[in-house]
Amino acid sequence: MKVQLKYFASIREAVGQGSESVETSAATLGALRDELVARGGAYATALARGKSVRLALDQVMADESAPLREGAEVAFFPPVTGG
Amino acid sequence: MAARVSIQTGDFNVADEIAALRAGDKGVGAVCTFIGTVRDRNDGDAVSAMELEHYPGMTEKAIEGMIDEAFSRFKINAARVIHRVGPLEPLDQIVLVAVTSAHRGESFQACEFLMDYLKTQAPFWKKEKTPAGERWVDARVADDKALERWGIASRNG
Repeated sequence: MKVQLKYFASIREAVGQGSESVETSAATLGALRDELVARGGAYATALARGKSVRLALDQVMADESAPLREGAEVAFFPPVTGG
Repeated sequence: MAARVSIQTGDFNVADEIAALRAGDKGVGAVCTFIGTVRDRNDGDAVSAMELEHYPGMTEKAIEGMIDEAFSRFKINAARVIHRVGPLEPLDQIVLVAVTSAHRGESFQACEFLMDYLKTQAPFWKKEKTPAGERWVDARVADDKALERWGIASRNG
């Protein structure tokens, strides 16, 4: 299935882009994160296990167990620091 | 209905916002506001400027949801949140939360609730400029604790 990825703040800077479209068979957000880590390089570093990465599915905060679906918008970003 | 949430690069006028929030509502007996501003120091270092990034679309939705939650928890008449993005400097206003209610307790609580919620759940990120260079601001565990007081678990920091 095809999904739209978005990256923000330090993660956006690390991977060098703010968004991309990817083809994936990952069943969950966690599995998708693993796929991106498996790319190696900046993705492996920025999204590494043990790093504090927050996720949103279709613009709502989500856990890694959330199921992925065709056309979904998935965002990866560090803990938020507004206010 | 007037906008409840604004994400903008420009500044805001607190008096104008309060006037708009209270306009025509004779049931209002209390107005509570919180204004967050840019400090010139953070974590022991001088801060000369900062840049605020956000997630367009999600930010507005998340804060709208927070305001809905505030309405369901507290007896409030109206609420308004403005958050600035883009480049900011010390002394600049960053965020406004304003709430009206019949009695002060509900506005005080709703105002603090909205700020605690926003701090850990709204997708904003601050990058600050210090003498050592630019750095992304780290989330604070204390902000998660603040939200937990309202019975909402957070693992942001």
